[in-house]
Amino acid sequence: MGKTVKNSSILSRGCFQNSFLAQAWLVIVLAVSFGTALAFVQISLSEVIAANKLDETLTQVPALVWGENAAQYAADINIPLEIIPGTVSVKKGQKTTYYPLYRVSRGKVISGWVVKARGQGYADNIEVLIGVDPDVETITGLFILEQKETPGLGNKITFPAWREQFAGRKTAKPFVVVKEKSTASNTIDTVTGATISSRSVADIVNQTVIDIKGRLTSQTVHTGEGQ
Amino acid sequence: MSKLPTPSERFIQGILPENPVYRQLLGLCPTLAVTNGLKPALTMAVAVGLVLLCANVIVSLIRDLLKPHLRIVIFTLTIATFVTIVDQVLSAYMYQMSKTLGPYIPLIIVNCIIICRCEVCASRQGPLAAAGDAVGQSLGFGLALASIAAVREILGTGMLLGIPMLPAAWPPWVIMVLPPGAFLTFGLLLAGVNWIRAWRTNRPQRGN
Repeated sequence: MGKTVKNSSILSRGCFQNSFLAQAWLVIVLAVSFGTALAFVQISLSEVIAANKLDETLTQVPALVWGENAAQYAADINIPLEIIPGTVSVKKGQKTTYYPLYRVSRGKVISGWVVKARGQGYADNIEVLIGVDPDVETITGLFILEQKETPGLGNKITFPAWREQFAGRKTAKPFVVVKEKSTASNTIDTVTGATISSRSVADIVNQTVIDIKGRLTSQTVHTGEGQ
Repeated sequence: MSKLPTPSERFIQGILPENPVYRQLLGLCPTLAVTNGLKPALTMAVAVGLVLLCANVIVSLIRDLLKPHLRIVIFTLTIATFVTIVDQVLSAYMYQMSKTLGPYIPLIIVNCIIICRCEVCASRQGPLAAAGDAVGQSLGFGLALASIAAVREILGTGMLLGIPMLPAAWPPWVIMVLPPGAFLTFGLLLAGVNWIRAWRTNRPQRGN
């Protein structure tokens, strides 16, 4: 009789000790409270971070349309330019993709567009700004806004030497990333050791060109802060 | 079981006798990666210091509730939370710096100095000892980063924090601000630290 009681008490204690909750309650409590704390940090800082990013975007826009030197020159002699934010939506089957963009103009003449696009990189998403001429015939500049590629390899996509390859290139044929130097009009040299990162950026540019070509008119682009 | 060090001993040990970089050879990834300038190095040291202090104190407060096989999960969870907060604060108030440091801020989560301090000190001692340990180790880490960064920035650019330090005729050794410069500088400084230590221990002790 006494033996049975002892056994059952061991059994029930064993059950509790081995139960999922008894093992993991601290992890769960900490995860929930840390998560809540992080939510508050996120709420209080997200606006400031978004403003920083917008600031960076706006400072890049002139150089992406006119090139580094011309943009600097224009700023030096105070040529007024107008940067109007907007969005263009592209329907692909069931899915609609929205591209945030900026229209850059001087007086009534549109100098070009800067389109924000994103896609999968080697690690996490890559977000880029693509400068194009008014008809999306030529890429005028490329800037990497956000990336988490491998330091020392993939993150070289942010270096001017690499991304400036796109500037001035025609969009007629999609860009192809190559390992050996090539004279073809649509090839981009890969970053050594980071073919995937290089290809990701080229793919983002190609996809964006396909999506927006012929769609950047005053009817299709919704100006003003939206999406 | 040997007696654990007191809070002040923990604090002193972290700075030089058990310096995380020069004596324990921990946390070398950021040490090599962000020391091409004094400013990113100091920012990194402050970020690691804040995370280490918060993580050490929290782990110390809950040390009696830790289960041996789940402790690393809890360390990582705690560290990740504070790293995320530091990352957000940096990108809100020091946007350019946060872009310069890039993935090295999120990578503090796996910084072995912090996990090591949680394991060695915070999970065994009270919050005061844990805090003293965190501050001492952070100072040691900051000192190590600053020493490497100062050498690299001065030799590589001739300047320190933008102030010219060497005559204008000095040709900047570009290699010092590139990755190989990190290995060279760290190797030489580490050799120097070991040499001083060997010299001090071999020296005849006074009174013996």
